[in-house]
Amino acid sequence: MSEFERFEYDVVVIGAGGAGLRAAIEAREHGLRTAIVCKSLFGKAHTVMAEGGIAAAMGNVNSKDSWQVHFRDTMRGGKFLNNPRMAELHAQESPDRVWELETYGALFDRTPDGRISQRNFGGHEYPRLAHVGDRTGLELIRTLQQKIVSLQQDDLKEHGDFEARIKVFAECTITDLPRTDGKVSGALGYWRESGKFVVFEAPAVIIATGGIGKNFKITSNSWEGTGDGLALALRTGATLVNMEFIQFHPTGMIWPPSVKGLLVTESVRGDGGVLRNSEGKRFMFDYVPEVFRGQYAESEEEGDRWYKDPEHNKRPPELLPRDEVARAINSEVKAGRGTAHGGVFLDVSTRLPAEEILRKLPAMHHQFKELADVDITKEPMEVGPTCHYLMGGIEVDADTTATRVPGLFACGESAGGMHGSNRLGGNSLSDLLVFGRRAGAGAAAYVLGLGENRPKVRQSDLEAGEAVAVAPFENEGENPYTLHQELQGTMNDLVGIIRRQGEIREAIAALEALKVRAATVGVEGHRQFNPGWHLALDLRNMLTVSTCVALAALEREESRGGHTREDFPGMNPTWRGVNLICSLDGDGGSVLIEHKPVPTIRRDLFELFERPELAKYFTEAEVATLDEPPAAPEQGTQP
Amino acid sequence: MTYQAHFRLWRGDSDGGELKDHTVEVNEGEVVLDIIHRIQATQAPDLAVRWNCKAGKCGSCSAEINGKPRLMCMSRMNTFTQEETVTVTPMRTFPIIRDLVTDVSFNYEKARQFPAFAPPDLPLGEYRMAQVDVERSQEFRKCIECFLCQDVCHVIRDREDNKKAFSGPRFLIRAAELAMHPLDARKDRADFARTEQGIGLCNITKCCTEVCPEHIKITDNAIIPMKERVVDRSYDPLVWLGNKIRRRTD
Repeated sequence: MSEFERFEYDVVVIGAGGAGLRAAIEAREHGLRTAIVCKSLFGKAHTVMAEGGIAAAMGNVNSKDSWQVHFRDTMRGGKFLNNPRMAELHAQESPDRVWELETYGALFDRTPDGRISQRNFGGHEYPRLAHVGDRTGLELIRTLQQKIVSLQQDDLKEHGDFEARIKVFAECTITDLPRTDGKVSGALGYWRESGKFVVFEAPAVIIATGGIGKNFKITSNSWEGTGDGLALALRTGATLVNMEFIQFHPTGMIWPPSVKGLLVTESVRGDGGVLRNSEGKRFMFDYVPEVFRGQYAESEEEGDRWYKDPEHNKRPPELLPRDEVARAINSEVKAGRGTAHGGVFLDVSTRLPAEEILRKLPAMHHQFKELADVDITKEPMEVGPTCHYLMGGIEVDADTTATRVPGLFACGESAGGMHGSNRLGGNSLSDLLVFGRRAGAGAAAYVLGLGENRPKVRQSDLEAGEAVAVAPFENEGENPYTLHQELQGTMNDLVGIIRRQGEIREAIAALEALKVRAATVGVEGHRQFNPGWHLALDLRNMLTVSTCVALAALEREESRGGHTREDFPGMNPTWRGVNLICSLDGDGGSVLIEHKPVPTIRRDLFELFERPELAKYFTEAEVATLDEPPAAPEQGTQP
Repeated sequence: MTYQAHFRLWRGDSDGGELKDHTVEVNEGEVVLDIIHRIQATQAPDLAVRWNCKAGKCGSCSAEINGKPRLMCMSRMNTFTQEETVTVTPMRTFPIIRDLVTDVSFNYEKARQFPAFAPPDLPLGEYRMAQVDVERSQEFRKCIECFLCQDVCHVIRDREDNKKAFSGPRFLIRAAELAMHPLDARKDRADFARTEQGIGLCNITKCCTEVCPEHIKITDNAIIPMKERVVDRSYDPLVWLGNKIRRRTD
């Protein structure tokens, strides 16, 4: 067996995006020795791609905003399938998390009176997104990165070593999370640069590995979004929730092919951009669904007035939640009213003066100019849906982010529940901060509770981990790139934005066949910085995660948020109350799926909604609970 | 539109290497990174290359294309003629790891030496800054840390001995960012730029500005103003005298 490089930590955070970095900061501030392990260089995580902003009810632009309104918007956006406790904590805590970033050095755009400016975004009732032009994600990552450096500088002063209490292990991939007596004992992995194996012995592991976009052909995600953390969690005995809910962002670039999938921020629409089909029609007015009727403008004139006077006008339907807009674009293209490259037009050039476009959307202007040779101040963009975000993910406790496995925590995109069936724009960056912090605190409380009683990594865990990792060098099977392309094609075409039973079954069969081929995938060369080998190891994670998506998509016989079944087109109030939970049957076994109730919405939160609205989503019996007398505080009638 | 292009890629490691030739398909609308990926998928599966977002936002795929420091994802193939050989080599200022991947830890070490933002004594949510004031620093916060400015900078390119004393343009804009931050509580950014970052070694040839994919005006908006502050603080006799008399320690 090879030599494993060994490290001991209190907490290992996997992933260095917004959630992972915020979790690490919190764990370190609780006095724990913390390792951050990431596949890329420090500061390159996919969070840098986030454009629009961080949703937080600070009320800087409209003082009517409050956490209750934010909670309500989040639940509506998620079609009431959200974990209500997560949505509540998120709405309550995000303002502090944003202000905290200022103390780390973040520089948000300002209001005229010098406070953090907030912009409008789809599904948010008031201007709510703190932003930095259209590069908010970069600001977030850099700010957290610099905060970690400042903590390291504090440690240098106190302990004489930058890395005394927090260290970044960049370009290192985690392949296994061993357990001893049912508890997490650490993390095994390899250095991407040298291919050498490494083991982190730690009683707590926080998964913050982001999404699964690389399971799809057209995606806005970077190569890192293979779903490693979800597969690691499953293999360790944790569960995934609602994996069928995948957000296809309505406006991805569709031309040229090399940038297909790349995101065009929703701020383009928030700031005045409109969607038109090839006939020049603003088609979104035809796609306002029943549940949102009355909340959106019914004429172009009213929609246009809203940008200047949102108090007295309704917002244009271009700002409907993302799932609605994505489906509308899909329908227009299918009806033959798409552009030459199979999308629709997103136009800001005829709506705003060039200088305003340059000021408000500099990164978009730059992106189109440099990558597509298109000047968005002069011509429309061509856009279409792209796989963007996983609403499902690792099942966690709302308050502590603990999974079912003692010592294992998850936050950010890799955790599920918060966004229900569909996420609102801007709620991702706030989610990272709120639950990143809670994961760090949750892990700290767990570790301190363990005392000296820490589980140990066993020699047999190392041997087993190494055997799986080196297998591709001994195989003479196919090239991993071929398999990855087939996997992406299968998921994109058969479990994509519109789903049908027969096609999902076809996908499940195709995934089973791919698993057989993946078992013998072969790679050339040696272990030093070998991308073919890295992909071969990521493949097994992608196949597991894709299987969960397909099985859950087959199981849920309704359409809701990021899950559209052509054969079950409507929302079904009975399914509203169902969480689909995936687990693995034994080590490396098949995926099991079971129904669990969605946690009940607390009475005071339920009462934030009007009855007619609730009636659109809930069963009659659920709505009727509002007629019951409110539960008496303290001495209740419960057993 | 599809044609066969001629690529030359540097392959090797810290012990040395050589340029290898590849003939590879190119389609309409592709960038250099697409071609590198095609070579990886079809001809050289172990070709080492760093990349992430493929959208010019993460700054991972830095390399030298026909000798010019560039992001591979932001280099459109239609900027070359079909007959032109495209040569891709790793950044020269940093030690080679393998193929197109270099060891950029120099930058992370410099980042660590740079004193962090010092927050003012204000309660959470009470920071007030004017947009016009934050914009100056915001320009520098656009930096995606591709390190192309560091790569091209002749102070450290091929001058290993200067690396200790010079932080490079990336961290001079960080200095300017905090010096111009309306609420940074530290007042010694210019002193630090002079004594620890080696700003005096920069003779403003603007190479860094030219290669910046974010079009940050590194020289004009960051380095020159910082040099002016250095001059004001350290070489103006009246300021010098004032500092002595008031014993300023900040």
